[in-house]
Amino acid sequence: MTPVLSIEGLSKEFTLHQQGGTRITVLENVNLDVMAGEAMSITGQSGRGKSTLLKLIYGSYKASGGTVRVLHNGAWVNVAGAQPRDILRLRQQTIGYVTQFLRVIPRIPAIDIVAEPLIDRDVAPDVAVGRARDLLARLNIPEKLWHLSPMTFSGGEQQRVNIARGFAAHHPILLLDEPTASLDEENRSRVLSMIAEARAAGSAVVAVFHDEEERRKACEREVAL
Amino acid sequence: MSALLSIERVSKNYGPRIGCSDASFELWPGEVLAIVGESGSGKTTLLKCISGQMEPTSGKVRYSTRAGREVALDAMSEAERRFLIRTDWGFVHQDAREGLRMGVSAGANVGERLMAVGERHYGRIRSTALDWLGRVEIAGDRIDDSPWSYSGGMRQRLQIARNLVTAPRLIFMDEPTGGLDVSVQARLLDLLRGLVRRLGLAAVIVTHDLAVARLLSTRMMVMQGGRVIETGLTDQILEDPQQPYTQLLVSSVLQV
Ligand SMILES: Nc1ncnc2c1ncn2[C@@H]1O[C@H](COP(=O)(O)OP(=O)(O)OP(=O)(O)O)[C@@H](O)[C@H]1O
Ligand SMILES: [Mg+2]
Repeated sequence: MTPVLSIEGLSKEFTLHQQGGTRITVLENVNLDVMAGEAMSITGQSGRGKSTLLKLIYGSYKASGGTVRVLHNGAWVNVAGAQPRDILRLRQQTIGYVTQFLRVIPRIPAIDIVAEPLIDRDVAPDVAVGRARDLLARLNIPEKLWHLSPMTFSGGEQQRVNIARGFAAHHPILLLDEPTASLDEENRSRVLSMIAEARAAGSAVVAVFHDEEERRKACEREVAL
Repeated sequence: MSALLSIERVSKNYGPRIGCSDASFELWPGEVLAIVGESGSGKTTLLKCISGQMEPTSGKVRYSTRAGREVALDAMSEAERRFLIRTDWGFVHQDAREGLRMGVSAGANVGERLMAVGERHYGRIRSTALDWLGRVEIAGDRIDDSPWSYSGGMRQRLQIARNLVTAPRLIFMDEPTGGLDVSVQARLLDLLRGLVRRLGLAAVIVTHDLAVARLLSTRMMVMQGGRVIETGLTDQILEDPQQPYTQLLVSSVLQV
């Protein structure tokens, strides 16, 4: 098996200029390979840097040192050091990401938020919207909410919109940050089966799960920070 | 594929004062770049220098034409440059009065841009103008009214229609939502976001409002004292700002 994601010597330090230049070292010398179709969970106490690691892979955080190489259309791209437009292309085709919290885009209906990653890939709008409907229905979002902005949704509803968006398009690598944290039993198991389907379709998964049982159900390998 | 716009070490001095200093970047097709920074940091100066409205003191601005030819702005004749700006570029001013011709009707404001690129058929000009007014959410029965009779938000939308009707490849905007009521701003932002995404436009937007940058741009450039101090993906700048000034800027908005 060849890796699709290869992290070497990754470190992250924040300098808080607003607070006297305090430096916080969050990650030091992280090394990690993830194979195609493999599901790996990242564990560690709150504040340990799990979300930070996912953000570094996605390019939302800037690495302080080391490399994050991602296999993209058969070639390696180092996210730590890539041009913005290369990272955007990577996100469009290769890396999907379900954030810990939905960052609501004001005034945009849930259905469009979910369909957007497909539209960005030039999928026909009716196909994209069809897929978005399927996902929202599957995640038990009532149909009357589909055409509303998630701004007023409950935390669990927002999180399910977020998950639907993350699963709308196929990505060879899926980053999941506590995707089930605010969901009830029924919706949790739906998300777990969506993860299993994505893996069956070849996606590698890097996930943070609060719940140990879910983690074991969803992932076969574990890395502690 | 090559960069649409290449900026190389552009500086502009106003006598002894520095307008902007040593700015370099590339803009690729479909990219939306937001230039942010406090007032007086050189954002508008830089925008004017790269959009052919002002001559930089030094540095190069190169543009890659539809034919795939790279042209340097300062090496073009005035007529060539004007033709390029008319056909390939758009410019949305903060004050709509600067970007509109206030003395003619709304329809004429849109229609005369089409005529400038060679359209002569009156019926087609009128129907295209009508279509564009619709796209920017202006009722068709206002087509013959003067922009003086329009509200600030409507004028701004008319200015956008006037700029987009000729299908430019690149659009420059200077505080496009500045000076409007918050609710009017929101509607204009939604409209701009939809248009930019649907048309796959490349754009450079000057704004001091990080919410505008977050909603519209894919990349950001932060300026302070005439210099570019930080660049990166929009979400990266907002979530992990590096420079002291950028951290101050991001921390001073409640939630972006
Ligand atoms: N943008 C940032 N600027 C400054 N410090 C940050 C930033 N993001 C994260 N940190 C710090 O990095 C550390 C790790 O945060 P992170 O969110 O990665 O933890 P986590 O392991 O995901 O925790 P949790 O389980 O609570 O979600 C924390 O001390 C946090 O304060
Ligand atoms: Mg976290």
